[in-house]
Amino acid sequence: MIQTEGLRFAYPTYPEVLRGIDLTVSDGEFVAIMGENGAGKTTLVKTFNGLLLPTAGRVKVDDVDTRESSVARLSKDVGLVFQNPDHQLFSETVREELAFSLRNFGYSEDTIERRVATILETLDLTRYAESSPFVLSGGERKRVALAAVLVWNPKHIILDEPTIGQDYQQKDRLRNFIVQLNAQGKTVIIITHDVEFVAECRPRIVLLSKGLVIGDAPAEDLLSDEQLLEKASLTRPQIGALMHQLRDFGLSNHMIDVYSAEQAILQALGRRT
Amino acid sequence: MIPNFYSGDFAGELVVDGMNVKERTTAELAAHVGLVFQNPENQLFSLSIERDVAFGPENMGLSRDETRKRVDWALDATGITNLKDKPPYELSGGQQQRAAIAAVLAMQPKVIILDEPTSFLDPKSALEILEVVSTLNKQLGITIVLVEHRLDIVSRHANRVIVMDDGKIVLDGTPREVYGEQARLIGIGLPRVTTLFHLLRKEGLEFSQTPTTVDEAAIELRKMLNR
Repeated sequence: MIQTEGLRFAYPTYPEVLRGIDLTVSDGEFVAIMGENGAGKTTLVKTFNGLLLPTAGRVKVDDVDTRESSVARLSKDVGLVFQNPDHQLFSETVREELAFSLRNFGYSEDTIERRVATILETLDLTRYAESSPFVLSGGERKRVALAAVLVWNPKHIILDEPTIGQDYQQKDRLRNFIVQLNAQGKTVIIITHDVEFVAECRPRIVLLSKGLVIGDAPAEDLLSDEQLLEKASLTRPQIGALMHQLRDFGLSNHMIDVYSAEQAILQALGRRT
Repeated sequence: MIPNFYSGDFAGELVVDGMNVKERTTAELAAHVGLVFQNPENQLFSLSIERDVAFGPENMGLSRDETRKRVDWALDATGITNLKDKPPYELSGGQQQRAAIAAVLAMQPKVIILDEPTSFLDPKSALEILEVVSTLNKQLGITIVLVEHRLDIVSRHANRVIVMDDGKIVLDGTPREVYGEQARLIGIGLPRVTTLFHLLRKEGLEFSQTPTTVDEAAIELRKMLNR
């Protein structure tokens, strides 16, 4: 469980970024943190593994105050995948990159080899195993950064903007993968602006604006709330926007994914499937 | 399009604005073709955003007044005038992206290439940036080449969509021409409303056209629901 109480954070010489956040994410939850640029989303998750310590209030991970632990210890349970893979990658080959953390955690070479092979396959990276991470495309580097964290099997996984630079198929894979991780009991927290992605995986959404939580609700409720969306600089997902325009015909704008919209439209037209 | 920037094999001919790129330097080409990188951090390097945006015009040898004018205009067009004294590393990803676009805008090149310029932006800022880019295209006649995965975002603005697969151009046409089954098979994310219409067609519904935007979709469905 990740819990914040009255969490405040300020960088030196910059206005306070987090201005009192109370948030509880239970084990096995799937949460999307959304909000405008500069809302404090990345800063917030950096407090979850102790990279940043609160200037006031506190953060507890599995009941341990992050101030009483270390990034090294917290990281084992809280895997954070950065928005920009280049902040994270440094090895000469993708294979080495993935093995690095496992070596640090003291796993045997056999285990390392097996785990690396599995994660390469899962994230469609096997063909790049011997390539330098730096010759890969932006989207591929993001998957390497994700693999490098997933490989040590943390209990809570945080992904900062995982869909950036991913094409449609990769997003589909990513969505299935996240759903799978979540089904295995992992806590998954994603930071994203991608309303279409969220509309399809329907997590709990925590909406952040100017350093405060302004909304906390299931995706279909939050992504249809005009006022909150406006405040957090978000737009309705396409299907939600379409349903909203057609609300006179009794179609609900809580409908945010293609398949439920299809059913609703067929029904409105008097055709049952 | 800037072959001397990367190492690798290059064959064939590439002409930009009458200039063969093999015979010109990057500096010469950069005044004609502005490139906004995917990752804004690769582009910003000064101690203030204003300095970053002024860098291009100053290097082009423009006068102080002209530089000043262009910097103010570019900062305003991208909505970051209030951030001009901040160093890039204090900005959020989205703010940096705006700054990177402003830095290229200030050079007012004939062609601006943007590599997923809105990927770090929240949806509303993304729409604003695209409006800015679209205005440059419509009002100043600047050619815009946008690299983007999210077709729903570009269908409103682009006149032409080129789909690449495995290093080759496979589709080339207006958004409507391109958004078919073949695009889907290549892994192109069609706008959700387009996908919805493909599904409804499979159920036997008939439409005069396949919409590529929410507004078009609403018009089509309204007609049908009113019957």
